Amino acid sequence: MTSAKPHAIEVKDLVVSNGDVTAVRGVSFTIPQGGRMGLVGESGSGKSMTALALMGLLPMGWNTHGNILHDGVDLVTQSDKALSSRRGRTLSMVFQDPLSSLNPVRRVGDQISSVIRRHTGADKRVAEAQTIELIKQMNLPRPEQLVRAYPHEISGGQRQRIMIAMALACYPQLIIADEPTTALDVTVQKQVLRLLNGAVRDRGSALLMITHDLPIIAAMCDTVAVMYAGRIVEIGPVQEVFRNPRHHYTRGLLDSQPTMDNIALDGSSRLVSIPGMVPPLHSLPTGCAFNPRCPAASDKCRETMPELGTDGINAACWHPIQPAGEVAAQ
Amino acid sequence: MSTVTPFPADVRPLLEVRQLSQVYNLRRQKLLGPRPTLKVLDSIDFSVRPGEAVGLVGESGSGKTTLTRMLTGVERPGQGQVLYDGVDVWTGGEAHKKLFRRSVQVVLQNPRSSLDPRMRVGTSLLEPLRSLRIEGDHAARVLEVLDQVGLDKNALERFPHEFSGGQLQRIAIARALMPGPKVLIADEPVSALDVSIQAQVLNLLKDLVRDLGLGLVFIAHDLSVVAYTTSKVYVMSSGKIVEVGKPLDLFRNPQAEATQALVGAVLSVEAGLAGNALA
Repeated sequence: MTSAKPHAIEVKDLVVSNGDVTAVRGVSFTIPQGGRMGLVGESGSGKSMTALALMGLLPMGWNTHGNILHDGVDLVTQSDKALSSRRGRTLSMVFQDPLSSLNPVRRVGDQISSVIRRHTGADKRVAEAQTIELIKQMNLPRPEQLVRAYPHEISGGQRQRIMIAMALACYPQLIIADEPTTALDVTVQKQVLRLLNGAVRDRGSALLMITHDLPIIAAMCDTVAVMYAGRIVEIGPVQEVFRNPRHHYTRGLLDSQPTMDNIALDGSSRLVSIPGMVPPLHSLPTGCAFNPRCPAASDKCRETMPELGTDGINAACWHPIQPAGEVAAQ
Repeated sequence: MSTVTPFPADVRPLLEVRQLSQVYNLRRQKLLGPRPTLKVLDSIDFSVRPGEAVGLVGESGSGKTTLTRMLTGVERPGQGQVLYDGVDVWTGGEAHKKLFRRSVQVVLQNPRSSLDPRMRVGTSLLEPLRSLRIEGDHAARVLEVLDQVGLDKNALERFPHEFSGGQLQRIAIARALMPGPKVLIADEPVSALDVSIQAQVLNLLKDLVRDLGLGLVFIAHDLSVVAYTTSKVYVMSSGKIVEVGKPLDLFRNPQAEATQALVGAVLSVEAGLAGNALA
């Protein structure tokens, strides 16, 4: 189908560290053209550092090892200048908080059209016309007036739509969205997700959705990678991973979601919670990083780190959960 | 508007507001023009009984925070009454105000900003006893409360930065429990926490309501979290309470427009896998 085309991004053994601590410890994944992958994890899991490494936007002192293949080049070896000319053109990012990622003293229309002018060389008038067209596509009211507004004059949902418009302006091959709706009001969240969903699909871009929110992944993505303590512990199609998780951490995350099904009528329901806490990066346990919190941990888990893909199972676990179907078949 | 009474009618509400309204004066638009007004709360009736967990939901700007300020006595209402144990908090005299202040305690959203970073946890826990001038065996009280929230006593000597978000929220809950409150007001207590930790804190709050017979006011924007924790939910919109009911009834059969919007905004893994989450 798309085998002849290169992938939107191919990440191999990505390691991100600052000398003292390693935030990302050997992460590999591939997103095909137009594919959608979700990256789930808690704070400190390394999911945002992975995104920043892909964008070449790591904080001072952090460096990247491994390969990030995108658009025929390895982003790890690219110069800052080369990366800068790619951001917004072949890959772009939507951040969590639009108020701190938009320039407060420039009109939002100028911020979008300068992206277009920089990457396409379009003249001012063409870029402005395209900006208005983009804003229309974002279902924003009165585009002609909105382009003249400053970020503080519009609502949070509108700001995030402006951010999405900016990210999509040059039809990038890959869009990275890092918690794009966490800062928004709940009722606006769904509208913005719906918009992002449609806009990404219309452009044929690939999407990397980073979030701690499993329902968002289920709604937006076709594959999912679950990160824990800097590693991917389970990866696969969303339908498989969420219906039949093989890693105990994935199972725990799914069980700790309050849903209509686990709320008892008499109020006596209790959520299944994962005991303990996420280990700090500077003192990870030996073996599997999840072992102190895992119900199935054995001596082997405390000694040796499991790898993804052993026995054809895409979960880094010595004692993967048996899917219900297979147990019945045996 | 139907009222839900999961308790016998003779159980008196601990904390109650009656016909509460608040109007804020805004800045003049013209030099000598009138000052425009904004009605942030409009005839609110709200109550919580001992051992009862009630939820308060609404979009941002609906008046949840202002109502919380009234319930905690931080702000004096323009009209209407705030009653603790049946007596008006603002006109009931100094002794009653003092009782009210130790009986109603708050847990805020982000424990990293609500705990003093330079204060050892033990000192933070003693603060409410000192500022409310509560006598007694403070050391014993600290140990008792630590046990209630599931923390070890070596936490006392440590500083907030040494803890994870979930543990800090337990510490914040412990601090709120120190003066022996009858009502706990939790304002978005889990939205700053990681998913795997949220469940721990929600379970803890439920246990406290059951074991200590506390009244709990749980303020949140996520209806599924509120439904899990409480037995009665008030829905706010534009300063008014637009619907009251049992959480599952609100979920299945939302009446008010604001409730429908909140129910419609809930995303679930099941709906996502079925492919109709964003429909």
